[in-house]
Amino acid sequence: MRTELATRPAESADAQPAVALTRHWRTPIMFGLFGLLALVVFGILPDGGRASTFGLSLTDDAIQLAPISVPSKLAATLLALVCLGIAAYAAWQTYLGRRVPLWLSITFGVAFVLSFLTWAVAGSEISLTSALQGTLALSVPLIFGALCGMMGERTGVINIAIEGQLLAGAFLSGVAASLVGNVWVGLIAAPLAGLAVAWVLAVFTVRYFVNQIIVGVVLNVLVIGVTNFLYSRLLSPLKDTWNSPGRFPRLKIPVLSEIPVIGPVLFHQTIIVYIMYVVVVLAHIALFRTRWGLRVRAVGEHPEAADTAGIGVNTVRFRNVLLGGALAGLGGAYFTLGAVGLFSPEMTAGAGFIALAAMIMGRWTPIGAVFAALLFGFANNLQSVLGIIGSPIPSEFMLMAPYLLTIFAVAGLVGRIRPPAFNGQPYIKS
Amino acid sequence: MSENSSNELTIGQRFFRELTTGGTALTLLSILLAMLIGGVLIVVSDPDVQETAAYFLSRPTDTLLAIWESASSAYAAMFAGSVIDFEAASFGESLIPLADTLTYATPLIGAGLAVALAFRAGLLNIGAQGQILIGATLAGLVGFGMDLPPVVHLGFAVLAGFIGGAIWGGIAGLIKAKTGAHEVIVTIMLNHIAALLLAYLLTTQLFRRKGQAAPISPFVADSAALPRFFADSRLNLGLFVMLLAAVYSWWLLSRSTMGFRFKAVGHNPHAATTAGISVGRSYTAVMFIGGGLAGIAGASQVLGTESYLSTSIAGELGFDAITVALLGRSSPIGTVAASLLFGALRAGAVTMQAQTGTPIDIVLVVQSLIVLFIAAPPLVRAVFRLKVRAASPMAAEVGGKV
Repeated sequence: MRTELATRPAESADAQPAVALTRHWRTPIMFGLFGLLALVVFGILPDGGRASTFGLSLTDDAIQLAPISVPSKLAATLLALVCLGIAAYAAWQTYLGRRVPLWLSITFGVAFVLSFLTWAVAGSEISLTSALQGTLALSVPLIFGALCGMMGERTGVINIAIEGQLLAGAFLSGVAASLVGNVWVGLIAAPLAGLAVAWVLAVFTVRYFVNQIIVGVVLNVLVIGVTNFLYSRLLSPLKDTWNSPGRFPRLKIPVLSEIPVIGPVLFHQTIIVYIMYVVVVLAHIALFRTRWGLRVRAVGEHPEAADTAGIGVNTVRFRNVLLGGALAGLGGAYFTLGAVGLFSPEMTAGAGFIALAAMIMGRWTPIGAVFAALLFGFANNLQSVLGIIGSPIPSEFMLMAPYLLTIFAVAGLVGRIRPPAFNGQPYIKS
Repeated sequence: MSENSSNELTIGQRFFRELTTGGTALTLLSILLAMLIGGVLIVVSDPDVQETAAYFLSRPTDTLLAIWESASSAYAAMFAGSVIDFEAASFGESLIPLADTLTYATPLIGAGLAVALAFRAGLLNIGAQGQILIGATLAGLVGFGMDLPPVVHLGFAVLAGFIGGAIWGGIAGLIKAKTGAHEVIVTIMLNHIAALLLAYLLTTQLFRRKGQAAPISPFVADSAALPRFFADSRLNLGLFVMLLAAVYSWWLLSRSTMGFRFKAVGHNPHAATTAGISVGRSYTAVMFIGGGLAGIAGASQVLGTESYLSTSIAGELGFDAITVALLGRSSPIGTVAASLLFGALRAGAVTMQAQTGTPIDIVLVVQSLIVLFIAAPPLVRAVFRLKVRAASPMAAEVGGKV
């Protein structure tokens, strides 16, 4: 291990020289298997003659669209064939020695999910718009959390404490907004709470070189302990003073919110969601188009080289962990000020870990993480929607999807996932 | 841990070397510091203290008295709830708190061993929670779903617990060995999958108790129950099963070839490979065995302490297991000792909540602070102005990349 600290770890080294000849067949194979699964289970096996109906408009939309009704069996089969076509294209690309592009994976995911959806709602109707609204609502904290993890891991600091930072943000935003009586104060307090948790993480891992995962795990529990304790002591008995923050109103953006289907989903939201749009775009540009981003990635990929080039490795790490903490704290505010309107114990309910999964599935890129988070949010929302109309599969299995997909992903079954090379390793200047 | 004395320590062992060299004083100071901060939290959030603080300048003694009252009564209740209750009616009853402590410590031992064994092979097993859940599920299924003669039934149920946990741990070990996927991510995801799987199973005919709306299983059959020792306590034979597991772990690590391989892999996987040890097979084996011990911990919960399966059967044991293994410096004996301490904290906190109204969650705070302080010796040394030793910076290496 000592030698590994000084050189690039072996796994990336063997991929480097053989660029022209290294072919990774796992992705096309998995695409093919999932495509076949869709074809058989969603397309061939079910009885024909039923229709799946998707509502496209909410009652208060300006432009009303009629619900779309499609024959379930035919539509699911066609979509499954699209999946298989993508698998074939991916296989062709791999044969040519090219990598499977991200957009192809996303298209495959969308086609597979639509095929599943057509099968699942056969014989009944769901509103696509409200399903998408629910998806976005559940994805917002995931996206903030994934960005938080990314800020740390791009510099080589693993942040398992995303959950704790979300929860701290949710707690402090609720308490601050209640005490002052102004939701905006809560919105300012939330990133500070995430920042505080991140500061502890940074001090222990970057300054004292303590194992990053252990500190992360412990911080999660510390935040749960402190917030639960204060909830029982103060927030629950003195609810009016401590736990009545209120909620942000939902703002309609003129014109944009009139777009059918996606308008009310994307542009009739609270301020926190609009902040999220900006943050995602900024994070993408900052990471991949600026000098700052180059430095951050250099620190994560090869800290020694970065140090030689005059970059303060541990300073960059420290700052990025703090930045990530602030983002996660902001995401936490969405629970209290955006969605529920008050704090309840452990209200993040594992979102931090799904955010971690979204970051991995999104291959440590902001755009990828957004799509992964949307997919996970969609699965989570769908299990409650399908619970109402009678789901063909138990809701617990729908909820399992993110976790299973992540195991597939880190095991290399879905695409090739490569974390920053020095992720998790402390940088000790000799 | 004399076997650690060589200078060529790597990965996991360096971390524990750091813990070990800190010495007992450091452990005790960490516990003291964590209890102190816990005390501050209790005091600050106490309504009485806040009330008297309002006129602190005119009558400061009131505030100080309230502070003392608040902290001392909480910790006194904690002591009474975990060791000896001097106000009990009889001598036998005064020892019930001690039995409670042992009851809470029982599953911690097995789960802590699961984490400790993996540590020794250089793996971070965050998956004790899932391993406990699956172990408890299988043990419970055998316990209430089958009809067998008394002793055989119990033995079979405990074995089922072992197998359940071993499979769940083994999956993570196998994926790590075959694909190099980070065990931390895999075990975290497996924890959630296990919880959802149990939640689903408890809605099925096979697991659901008849005529019950809540998702809980039937009681385990008497023939499969771990016998209890006292009428007033849930302390059961599971404690001895767990102590046996600790003895087995000690034997495995210090007397067996397989344990030697584990430690070699933990010290330096490259050297171990050169010496002809299969690193992948060791990863799978240590996760399988460790998972099995966590599975037995789950079995002791369902067959002894709780008597039926519910979604909360594992509580926060998975996290406690990590803290126990760290505090016990990943040695079997240390794990047992740390389990007793955290068992006492839990048992005491229940009494504390009942008597003084201090929320039980203070245990989580104290527990996580203890581990934080133990993990960062320079911090504690700075706080107590101890002689500063050169910190071993290798602490962060366990786990490696995600």
